[in-house]
Amino acid sequence: MSVVVKTSLLKTILKLFKQVSVSKVFLAVLIFSFSLNISAQEIDIAKGKSLFNANCASCHKLNKNLVGPALKGVSAKYDKDWLYSWIKNSAALIKSGDDQAVAIYEEYNKVAMNAFPQLSNEDIDNILAYTDYVPEPVVNANAAAVTINSDSDSSLTNDIVLVLLTVVLLVLITMLFLVTKTLRNIAEKNGINVENKQGSKFSIWQAFIKNQFLIFVSVILLLLSSAYFAYGYMMQIGVDQGYMPVQPIHYSHKIHAGANQIECQYCHSSARISKHSGIPSLNVCMNCHENIADYNGEEDLEKGYTKDFYTNEIKKLYKAVGWDEETQSYTGDTEPVKWVRIHNLPDFVYFNHSQHVSVAGIDCQKCHGPVEEMEILYQYSPLTMGWCIDCHRESNIKVKDNEYYTKIHEELSKKYGVEELSIAQMGGLECGKCHY
Amino acid sequence: MGNHKKYWKSELELSSDSELVDKLEQNEFVEELPVGSLFEDENSLENSNASRRDFLKYLGFSTAAATIASCEGPVNRSIPYVVQPEQIVPGISNFYATSISDGFDFANVLVKTREGRPIKIEINNQSKDNSPNARVQASVLSMYDSSRNQGPTMDGQDISWDQFNLNVKAQLDAMKASNKKVVLLTQTFASPTTELIINNFLKKYSNVDHIIYDSISNSKALDAFEISYGVRALPTYDFEKANVIVSFSADFLGDWQGGGFSKGYAKTRVPKNGKMSKHYQIEANMSLSGANADTRIPLKPSLQKKALLRIYDLVSGQNSGVKLDDNIEVKLKSISDSLLNSNGKGIFITGIDDVGAQLISLKINQLIKSKVINVQKLNYTSQGDDQKVFDLVEDVLNKKINGLIMVGVNPSYTLPNSEQFNEALKSVDLSVSFSMNNTETAKLSKWVAATPHYLESWGDVEMKSGNYSLVQPTIKPLFDTLQFQDVLLNWLGSSNSFYDELKSNWNVSILKGSSWNQALHDGVYYNNYSSKKFSSPYTFPNINNYIDSLKSSESDGFELTLYSKTSMGNGLQANNPWLQEMPDPITRVSWDNYLTVSKSDAKNLGLKNINDSNGALNSNFANVSINGKSLKVPVVIQPGQARGSVGFSLGYGRTSGVKNELQTGVNAYKFYNNFVNVQNVSLESVNETHEFACVQLHNTLMGRGDIIKETTLEIFNTKKSSEWNYMTQVSLNHIETPVTSPDVDIWDEFDRSVGHHFNLSIDLNGCTGCGACVISCHAENNVPVVGKREVRKSRDMHWLRIDRYYSSAETFSGDNTTKDNINGLSDSLSVFGEMENPSENPQVAFQPVMCQHCNHAPCETVCPVAATSHGRQGQNHMAYNRCVGTRYCANNCPYKVRRFNWFLYNNNNEFDFNMNDDLGKMVLNPDVVVRSRGVMEKCSMCIQKTQKTILDAKLDGREIKDGEFQTACSSACETGAIVFGDINDEDSKVLELKEDDRMYHLLESVGTKPNVMYQVKIRNT
Repeated sequence: MSVVVKTSLLKTILKLFKQVSVSKVFLAVLIFSFSLNISAQEIDIAKGKSLFNANCASCHKLNKNLVGPALKGVSAKYDKDWLYSWIKNSAALIKSGDDQAVAIYEEYNKVAMNAFPQLSNEDIDNILAYTDYVPEPVVNANAAAVTINSDSDSSLTNDIVLVLLTVVLLVLITMLFLVTKTLRNIAEKNGINVENKQGSKFSIWQAFIKNQFLIFVSVILLLLSSAYFAYGYMMQIGVDQGYMPVQPIHYSHKIHAGANQIECQYCHSSARISKHSGIPSLNVCMNCHENIADYNGEEDLEKGYTKDFYTNEIKKLYKAVGWDEETQSYTGDTEPVKWVRIHNLPDFVYFNHSQHVSVAGIDCQKCHGPVEEMEILYQYSPLTMGWCIDCHRESNIKVKDNEYYTKIHEELSKKYGVEELSIAQMGGLECGKCHY
Repeated sequence: MGNHKKYWKSELELSSDSELVDKLEQNEFVEELPVGSLFEDENSLENSNASRRDFLKYLGFSTAAATIASCEGPVNRSIPYVVQPEQIVPGISNFYATSISDGFDFANVLVKTREGRPIKIEINNQSKDNSPNARVQASVLSMYDSSRNQGPTMDGQDISWDQFNLNVKAQLDAMKASNKKVVLLTQTFASPTTELIINNFLKKYSNVDHIIYDSISNSKALDAFEISYGVRALPTYDFEKANVIVSFSADFLGDWQGGGFSKGYAKTRVPKNGKMSKHYQIEANMSLSGANADTRIPLKPSLQKKALLRIYDLVSGQNSGVKLDDNIEVKLKSISDSLLNSNGKGIFITGIDDVGAQLISLKINQLIKSKVINVQKLNYTSQGDDQKVFDLVEDVLNKKINGLIMVGVNPSYTLPNSEQFNEALKSVDLSVSFSMNNTETAKLSKWVAATPHYLESWGDVEMKSGNYSLVQPTIKPLFDTLQFQDVLLNWLGSSNSFYDELKSNWNVSILKGSSWNQALHDGVYYNNYSSKKFSSPYTFPNINNYIDSLKSSESDGFELTLYSKTSMGNGLQANNPWLQEMPDPITRVSWDNYLTVSKSDAKNLGLKNINDSNGALNSNFANVSINGKSLKVPVVIQPGQARGSVGFSLGYGRTSGVKNELQTGVNAYKFYNNFVNVQNVSLESVNETHEFACVQLHNTLMGRGDIIKETTLEIFNTKKSSEWNYMTQVSLNHIETPVTSPDVDIWDEFDRSVGHHFNLSIDLNGCTGCGACVISCHAENNVPVVGKREVRKSRDMHWLRIDRYYSSAETFSGDNTTKDNINGLSDSLSVFGEMENPSENPQVAFQPVMCQHCNHAPCETVCPVAATSHGRQGQNHMAYNRCVGTRYCANNCPYKVRRFNWFLYNNNNEFDFNMNDDLGKMVLNPDVVVRSRGVMEKCSMCIQKTQKTILDAKLDGREIKDGEFQTACSSACETGAIVFGDINDEDSKVLELKEDDRMYHLLESVGTKPNVMYQVKIRNT
């Protein structure tokens, strides 16, 4: 529920933003100032970075050999004019018999580099500037340090407040005792007899025991409440909502689906056509990870999710799929990854992803929750039959543009006298639709 | 007072000097209690360190641990591919067209695979040849057989293929150098490319002879055809053109000449424009064909030959001087008349293993100018030569053979004199057996080459001339196996694989420019030319030479006819539990073979069938002997068995490569002397009891003509449907009202006019009882195998059964008359008692019965937990997870189609069949749940298939066309007798059938309004 509320809140805020044209200006200013911030240092680098990412990144990295050599400091190694002609058309340069060109060609297994005639000399300068650019490490370190400090600060203050509160309470309690003690002493000295109330305490219990009606009622209450808890306990047997097992590779949906905005069905492609959503085979991972060997995104230091940690997880993938980073080739030495299955339906339930994803057009998040925010994936929904049925009662069939439904929907909606049929009215609550 | 009373538990206690009483006085238990050995042995008890307290501690701890452990859910692993093959999507089926050619069964099939494993055999609609029968349907399970040969062996020791090839080749070369005789004994391949490779092999090794051996021989028919037409092959038949079918002991709906005739046959059996074919069957055993015949004449084999000659006389106008009984004479006259008047649409076939009989059959067809037989297009699926095999066995026995390479054959089991052969085989220098299982032959061979299943192999077949089919693997070989052809290529020193050879041979000599990929996709390729050409057509030999031997055929004793059962065939798949549990269509006995005896012979010999009190069938044994060789065989009294004849099915009694529990029956090949299926035997009764697992003990309809409605073609053509398809009436306010009228219905009708409404129609005229649907249902719905012991207790799990009924009078209509003429109570008692017994030559009717999916289902109203309920689409749903196992539903079902899981049939060593075997489980359909103990199950009308069809249409955003909806049984029915579809679809075939005059519901009078309907059986008598 709370998630729904949150998202709806967000939506309203966004709507507000859209309505107010001022916000656009505000956004533009924001972006402008951001870009200014970068361009203030070196005007070519930003452009060079985007050109590098668009044209070079699929084969080159700054610090590492990929298909082609690492490009950090490449301008120092070679003459600029030579670089111009090499980048624009390396094949021609090799053909012309240039020694340097042939040497590189030989070194990298005779894989020719694509020609980039569309790049101007200026563009190439920008790219080279980017490859030479060394970010000032001090700033980053400071920022990191600051965040750490601020983090620990907040927790520190919390602790201190708690300790202080406890101390105050303790002081108050001791003071109370002291006050009563002094009062008692004063009273005794004045000759007043303090009453002893211990006797009455026993009499309540005795009265309770003697009162059979009370005993009867309380036994009933006890039985009812224990039945309530027993029922509650038993109903959650086999319901694994929140199940968050440790996986052999720490795969973060937050990074892939959240930060990088990868579509769910890019990896879980069979969800469109099959009953299984399918866990992507490792060759699908390698579509991207052939080029992404290191993690360079955000870190969560508190939980130990450092860049090194993530990079190490990528190495696990390489080991499983048999990818040799040095030679940039597959060794053929593979071992499948044994993921722990999170969403388990009993054998006697038939569930089909394509029915829900393709026919009904339901978002994956409807059942799987905010996957794009999950660092570790967990079971979001209870996956109980009641949960399925609720949705089948509430939701309407998506009939638009589906000729299969045309006739049956027309006839059935007339029969039931409704505009849109719910899944239940279509027969979606029948036992045999899911149990066979 | 009370002290004088004496209480006693049994009479014995009253007598004072009973031993038992004394014993009981001293002991509470008569038998000694089985107290564990620990307590008996004082020493070990004292020496034991464990104290009583320790014991309780351990007990408590382990109980607690077990309880805690059971609270945790299991951790399931999901393991994706490392590199996912492009065509495999988990959850989506792939279909591949391929063919089976195991030497006995030849068929084009479509294989359904899931996640790369074949799970179901379907009909290949592109095929013009054989469709899968029950055995082929079941063959997918034979692949997942954990007792298969898993690699090549030498003297029982595992070796590598390199060693195998190196050693055998060296030995072959040595034998060639010293010109020692080697024989390559193979099954019938009918494979053009295999023949090519074998010919190359024979060229290279001139000392090798190639002999083809069919375990069940068609050699006599081949000989006759060769004599007549100069080609050693079988003719083909197009039964679709037939108007008059005369079969002398040819079970063409079974395995006669490879089978595959039922599709064409069934088309002529469904009356169209008031016409249907007429089928005469003259036979000794009650065969599937005989059961479907309009007129069946039981005759023992010696008389069959004479009758055959008589028909020839009548057709040709000759006179060979054969004399038969007058009543038979009359029938033969009418048969020959209808053949002569058939106008080219008659066909005469015979299964008698006699060259003369086969020649006469060919001649008769020529005389009546039959267009059904085609002597130009040939059937190559049986090529064995008895004489050569006979000589070979002689040579082996006389130690004249130095090497024997056996491929796909099992002579140690199938030869009549297998004991001597086996003894001699041990002394053959080079004995190689290419075999998928550890067969009797493989066990005795020095070298065993493990071969793959056909679903793991490449290959090709030319079943009929010009009809080519391809065999392609649907899964990577499960074990370290190599195809025979690949091994042969290796011995020839070729670097090509069989696949290379196959492809090049096809491109060069078969496809000639057509697309290989298309042929592979279709699984079949047809061209008009034949690879074999006629040398001398239509030069008929002088038949008179053969007439004398036929004329003089006499027999005093019993004549045995050997036959192959629908379920077991030649015994190749004996280790297949589906086939073992499949009831025989005629006797309804599973897990056994037996001697079929006629009622009067049984009475004379003292052979008995007894219905046990628990509802099972028992029998005594007969000692069957030929020339001193005798076997003790259990007996089934078979209505329709010709007097003086007995029947015995081949294919049982396998002992090697077969699980203990599946080693059933007696090996009838021991009597297959000279490869002739008719033998003279002597019988004597043995007074021992055999226990059968027979699923149907009540054999007659007792005049209840509304269960199987039938009529004759004449009545069907001339009278109104209300006369032959009578609707039961009930009296409402003294007015006769049909039971289907809403006025007499106590239930409200639910509106089913919107959406799909599934109906299933079964045409009793089209159904031949072949049982392919039973196995198809088994495979599709993960139906468990329960074993002989449980079947005996009527706990068989088949969702679909094919009831077989005999008439107790000569005809079923005679039964109805008898019942109607019953007068008074005493009469009814005696007459009904008599009607329980089938006639000596009864009419037979088959009726497939599965859940009728009643719209007013009696089972649904009695379920206390609403586990069974009705869907809008007409299916009666069964929610297994909801079922608590009260079995009220089964008790309230008038059709008795519900099946209860008395035990856990998977992962249970007590039921050691495919579901207790990691490999065997691979055949399970992942879309259907495997049921657990204590729940009811039944036919679901393949809801997983209808749901899939609907989903596919939704995904494509289109309407569903007629024919897309299928159930496992309807898709397996090659005759088209079972039709499934949506009656709310106006263009559907099933709606047309529902409105047909022949349509009726089973037990209409009960008012269940079933969604399964039957079409009245029409007999052309």
